[in-house]
Amino acid sequence: MSSPLTTASPSVPAKTSGPGRNTPRLRKPGKPSAGKPRRSVLLTVLTSLIVIYTVVPLIWLAINATKTQTGLADSSGMWFADDFALWDNIRDTFTYDDGVFTRWLLNTLMYVVLGAGGATFLAVLGGYALAKFDFPGKRGIFATVIGAVAVPGTALAVPTFLMFSKMGLTDTPWAVIIPSLVSPFGLYLMWVFATEAIPTELLEAARIDGAGEARIFFTVALPLLAPGIVTVLLFTTVATWNNYFLPLIMLKDSDWYPLTLGLSVWNSQAETIGGDVIFNLVITGSLLTILPLIAAFLLLQKYWQSGLAAGSVKE
Amino acid sequence: MTTLQPPVAAEPRPAPPPANRDRRSWMGWGFIGPFVAVFALVFLAPIAYSIYLSLFRDQLIGGTQFVGFDNYTQALKDDQFWGALGRVSLFLAIQVPIMLGIALLVALALDSGRLYGKSFFRITIFLPYAVPAVVATLMWGFMYGTKYGLVGDVNEAFGVSLPDPLSPDLVLASIGNIVTWEFVGYNMLIFYSALRVIPHSLYEAAEIDGAGQIRVITAIKLPAIRGALVIATIFSIIGSFQLFNEPNILRPLARNAITTDYTPNFYTYSLSFNGQQHNYSATVAIIMGLITMVIAYVVQLRGMRKGA
Repeated sequence: MSSPLTTASPSVPAKTSGPGRNTPRLRKPGKPSAGKPRRSVLLTVLTSLIVIYTVVPLIWLAINATKTQTGLADSSGMWFADDFALWDNIRDTFTYDDGVFTRWLLNTLMYVVLGAGGATFLAVLGGYALAKFDFPGKRGIFATVIGAVAVPGTALAVPTFLMFSKMGLTDTPWAVIIPSLVSPFGLYLMWVFATEAIPTELLEAARIDGAGEARIFFTVALPLLAPGIVTVLLFTTVATWNNYFLPLIMLKDSDWYPLTLGLSVWNSQAETIGGDVIFNLVITGSLLTILPLIAAFLLLQKYWQSGLAAGSVKE
Repeated sequence: MTTLQPPVAAEPRPAPPPANRDRRSWMGWGFIGPFVAVFALVFLAPIAYSIYLSLFRDQLIGGTQFVGFDNYTQALKDDQFWGALGRVSLFLAIQVPIMLGIALLVALALDSGRLYGKSFFRITIFLPYAVPAVVATLMWGFMYGTKYGLVGDVNEAFGVSLPDPLSPDLVLASIGNIVTWEFVGYNMLIFYSALRVIPHSLYEAAEIDGAGQIRVITAIKLPAIRGALVIATIFSIIGSFQLFNEPNILRPLARNAITTDYTPNFYTYSLSFNGQQHNYSATVAIIMGLITMVIAYVVQLRGMRKGA
C-alpha cells in the first residue's frame, strides 16, 4: 500500500501553488511548511460548494418567510416577492388559532429546561462518578450504557409508550420529559471530560481538608467541568428542541405539543378538506424555530468546540 | 481546550496517596444512581417489556394469549417487513458512504490549514445540525415542488422538465439528500475534532521523510482517526435503520410514493398506532434492534481489528 500512493503526492502541492500563492513569507526559518501550509484557492472553492449546499435551504427559508401565501405560489423561490410580508407573517404566526404557536414555544422551552437541563445534570453527576470513583458495578454500568447506545431509540418508543400509558403518563409533559433525561452520549462525554479535567490529587486534598463529597463536587469539580457541561447542554438542548418522534407518539392534546409537532400539523392541515392553507406561517414558524438554536451554536462555539475536542482525545 | 490543560499539566504529580485504592466504596453510586434509575426506566424496562409483549398475541377470541415465538416466525415471513428492511439497507449502502465521504473530505480540507476562512467553513457546514428534522424536511419538501418549489423554478427558468423528486422512483434519494444535508456537518465535526488531536510531531517526521500530502493522509491521518470513523459509521447505521421522521413528514407531499410500511420504524409505528397490533409491533421492533446491534457490533470489530 506504500508505493503506488506516493506517486499521487506531487500533484497536490502543484495544485496549491497554482493560484499564485507562492509569496515567500518565511515565518520561522527553521520550521518547514508543515507548521503553516500555504493556503489554497482551489481547495477553498471546492469546500465552498459544500457551504453553498448547506446554506441554500436556509436562505430559501429566510427569503420565503417574507412572502404571503399568494406570493409563495407566484414568485421565484430564491428571490423576494413584490410585497414584503415578514412582519405580518411573524405577527400572524404568533396570533393564529389564539396564539397556539406561543403555547408550543413555551412547551418547547419547558421540555428543554427540564429535559435537556435534567439530562445534562444526570450526565455530569454520572460522568464524574465513572471518572473519579471506583465502585461496585461500575464496569457493568458502563458496558450496559454503551450497549444501549446501539439499541435504536425509536425501537424503544412503542414499548415505552405502552408502559407510560399503563402508568398514566401519556398525554402529559412527563411523557416527553422523562425519556429526554437520559443521554448516553452526554454521559460518555462527561466521563472522558472529567477524567481529563479534574486532577484526582485535587479531590484528595479537599477530602483531607474534611470537605464532604457533595461540597467537593459542587465547589471543586463543577467549575473545572464547565466547557464539557456547555457542550453536553447544547447537544441535549438540540435533541430536545428538535424532538419529534417521542412527542408524536406520546401526545394527543395539541396543548402539550412542542414546536416541531405543531409545525408539522400546520403543514398537513393543507391536506385536510376545508383545512386552512397556511404555508406562509409554516415557513415563518420554521424560521422562528431554528433561529434560537443557530444563535446558541454561534455564540457558544468557543465552549462546545473545545468540549468536543476534549471528548475525542480518548478515542 | 485551553481551559483543560493548565490543571492537568501544572499539577505536580507526587506519588499517588495510598488511600486511592480504598475508594472502592459505594460513594460513586450517590453520583451515578440518578442516571442509572432513569436509564433503567426508559431503556431497560421498555426492552424487557417489549420482549414480554412479543411473546403474546391479542386475539379476538380468548383475549391475550401466550404464543411463544409465533410473532417472530410471522415477522420473518412478512414481506412488508423485509421490503422495509431492504429499503433502509439500500439507503444505508448509498447515503451513508456519500455523507461520510463528504464529511471526511471537508474535515481533511479544514485540517490541512490550506483554506481561507477556516472557522467560517467549519461553523457554517455544521449549522444544519441545529435544524430540526421537521424543519429540514419541510424546507426541502417545499423546494422539491415541481410546480412552486425550486425544482419548478429551475424548470421554468431553463425550459427543462426535471423529474419529480417526490415520485416513487426518486423519493428515497430525495430523503437521502435531506439526511445528508442534516448530518454532514455533524460528522465533519467528529472527524475534525479527532484530526486536531493528532500529535504534530508525526507530521514533522513525515515531512522529513519526504511524504506528500496524500501519503500523510493515508498513512497518518486516516489511521489516527479510525475510532472516529467507526463511531460515525455506527451512528449512521443506527440512524438509517431508524429512519422515520423524514418520510413521515414528507408523506403528505408524496402519498403514493411513501407507504405506511416505508421503513421498519414506520411499519412498527403504523402497526401500533393505526392497527393496534402492539404485540406484533414490539416483535418487529425487537428484530430491528437485534439486526442493528449485530451490524453495529460487526462494524466495530472489523474497524478496530484493522487498526491493530
